[in-house]
Amino acid sequence: MKHYEIAEERVFLPGHAACPGCAMALALRYILNTVGLNAVGVIPPSCMGPMMGANPYSSMRIPIIHNSFESSASTAAGIKRAFKARGKDDVHVLALAGDGGTYDIGLQALSSVAEHNEDIMYFCMDNEGYMNTGTQKSSSTPRHAYTTSTPGGKESRKKNLVEIMAAHRVPYIATTNIGYLDDLVYKIKKAKKMQGTRIVVLLTPCIDGWGFPGNDVATMSRLAVQTGVFPLYEVEDGEKYTINHGSQGMPIENYLKRQRRYRHLSKDQIEEIQKEVDQGWQRLQKLANL
Amino acid sequence: MISKGDTMLLTGNHAAAYGAMLAQPKVIPIYPITPQTPIAEKLTEFQLEGLLQAEFITPESEHSAMAACISASLTGVRVFTATSSQGLMLMHELLHFASGSRAPIVMVNANRTFAAPWGFWADQTDSLAQRDTGWLQYYVENPQEALDTVLQAFKTAETVLLPAMVVFEAFYVSHALEVVGVPTPETVKSYLPPYEPKVMLDPEIGRSFGNVVDQKTYCQHRQTLDLAMEEVFDVAKNADDQWKGLTGRGYGLVEKYRCEDAENIIMAMGTISGTAKSAVDKMRAEGLSIGLLKVRLFRPFPVQELRGILGGRDRVIVLDRNFSPGNGGILHQELKAALYGLKSAPEIFGYLAGVGGVNVTPEKIEGLVKQSLSGQSSAKSIWGW
Ligand SMILES: Cc1ncc(C[n+]2csc(CCOP(=O)(O)OP(=O)(O)O)c2C)c(N)n1
Ligand code: SF4
Ligand SMILES: [Mg+2]
Repeated sequence: MKHYEIAEERVFLPGHAACPGCAMALALRYILNTVGLNAVGVIPPSCMGPMMGANPYSSMRIPIIHNSFESSASTAAGIKRAFKARGKDDVHVLALAGDGGTYDIGLQALSSVAEHNEDIMYFCMDNEGYMNTGTQKSSSTPRHAYTTSTPGGKESRKKNLVEIMAAHRVPYIATTNIGYLDDLVYKIKKAKKMQGTRIVVLLTPCIDGWGFPGNDVATMSRLAVQTGVFPLYEVEDGEKYTINHGSQGMPIENYLKRQRRYRHLSKDQIEEIQKEVDQGWQRLQKLANL
Repeated sequence: MISKGDTMLLTGNHAAAYGAMLAQPKVIPIYPITPQTPIAEKLTEFQLEGLLQAEFITPESEHSAMAACISASLTGVRVFTATSSQGLMLMHELLHFASGSRAPIVMVNANRTFAAPWGFWADQTDSLAQRDTGWLQYYVENPQEALDTVLQAFKTAETVLLPAMVVFEAFYVSHALEVVGVPTPETVKSYLPPYEPKVMLDPEIGRSFGNVVDQKTYCQHRQTLDLAMEEVFDVAKNADDQWKGLTGRGYGLVEKYRCEDAENIIMAMGTISGTAKSAVDKMRAEGLSIGLLKVRLFRPFPVQELRGILGGRDRVIVLDRNFSPGNGGILHQELKAALYGLKSAPEIFGYLAGVGGVNVTPEKIEGLVKQSLSGQSSAKSIWGW
């Protein structure tokens, strides 16, 4: 595995108002550092909202528009086209949305933007639920996970966003997380050099919503990969799958037992989850021709 | 000097499209809906012919179209769009977003009934239901006024930094062919300066939009909207006067037709005003002291001007082609509120005329006027279709 130098440009500064230790804040730091100052960000209602800190200050040295929940992709496209019309086509436009804002309410807008291959970078901060409103389920919440809207555990499985977006044949989709910062930075650098709709899905374990100690975000991020729950991979033009980090055959229990949202699981349920994860991992390997 | 430009036979939709093309917007996010679609089609044609160099965004919904309008406008370019009925309703959340962001988008809305039940008919309730969204609203009567008002709307909106709707009725205006004076690009250039806001989304400027604020800041922000709306009366009036100087065509914020010395005034918005003019002529010939007041600018509502015009009259007969269930005609309600406490206020009669696109003939209008002459006014709007 190659290692990449992680430069600290200080585009994201101290002063965010998210939970101390939030994985999204750490991810944001490396996203903004890597994209640099010639950028504009789009932030819908989500835990990304408080990242800017209290008005009139900002923790970010790039302009941000706080847009409506369901229209991050179209908002980003509008900005990019206006820059194009102004002859400033080199400005990077970043959408920074949650899983609720992406898998659910914003999917329609994202689909349209992807179909038009609008020239934006779309980051989905996937913490597997509506955390900003107090941990309700989204269609990214995994099966059996407790949320306040699924008190008995969620009955349906997690939606596969990457495959949906791959079917749009966008030039670049990647999954990554802050457990693998070199991977994260590598993928953002790569996306930055490309054009068209680039989508990066980051698993961002949520201290409060998942229920684990604040100093465990990196561990949780790594366990998600090592157990095969969230493999890190890339899809180019909807066709070329590359797996960067995947399952190391570690039993799912190692991941589940550290989280309060899975505390109620029966043995059967754990087995069921294991089976789904294994199937998902095999399917991904097939797609990557391994 | 008055420049004549070209004379063409145009529908309201195409006239509005000419107005938009002459304003040279840089970004046009747009989604089709009957009866607005010909606007989108005409603009695409202009682009193909090289008359327009805009970024077209054709997203999956009006909701995304408006989202892109807002963000493009905040990135410092002139933005135009058009919609109708269901599309406007779908945009509702973002209409507030646009005015709160102070994005001077200009949007044409072709008034159409909304479901359920389905229909495609002229009814102003779709746009009147957006009256609290912080958009300027112009109601226009014919294709010529549509073209002229699109340009006036850009000038006014960009001066006060509020979005503006130019509204006309389905088919009666959108699809009706009329002779329209189309100004030359030079005339428009001399009228409408380029849009160059000081604050916009740009890494070199570094300003952000829309973060969470505390209660006091929110309240102050709403108050600045109020001040901007207050400014509109002068700015829109100047924009109209200047346009008249250049083209010979001006309309006022409210248009008075044979109102001098009239004891009775018919009040309406949109095409019913045109019909009412012939009804006024006929009743005048028969000796009735009557005139017409067309409300062209509905938001902000020209309360002072209306009080000035209507004080001392006997009767106002309001014709509403719209309906707010539970409180009747919207112009009727607004007028009652506007004239409240005015000494020598006229008696106000409210008729729901033309709701759902029902045709309102001059004879119908005469009938309603006569009904008001012999009857008592009521607080409630009367179904007069
Ligand atoms: C149209 C609309 N519906 C509902 C909300 C309320 N809301 C704000 S944030 C949010 C959930 C966000 O979830 P997600 O996108 O996953 O972001 P997270 O908070 O988990 O970071 C909801 C439902 C809203 N702002 N707008
Ligand atoms: S609730 Fe979760 S996602 Fe939101 S700020 Fe806290 S740790 Fe981060
Ligand atoms: Mg979430």
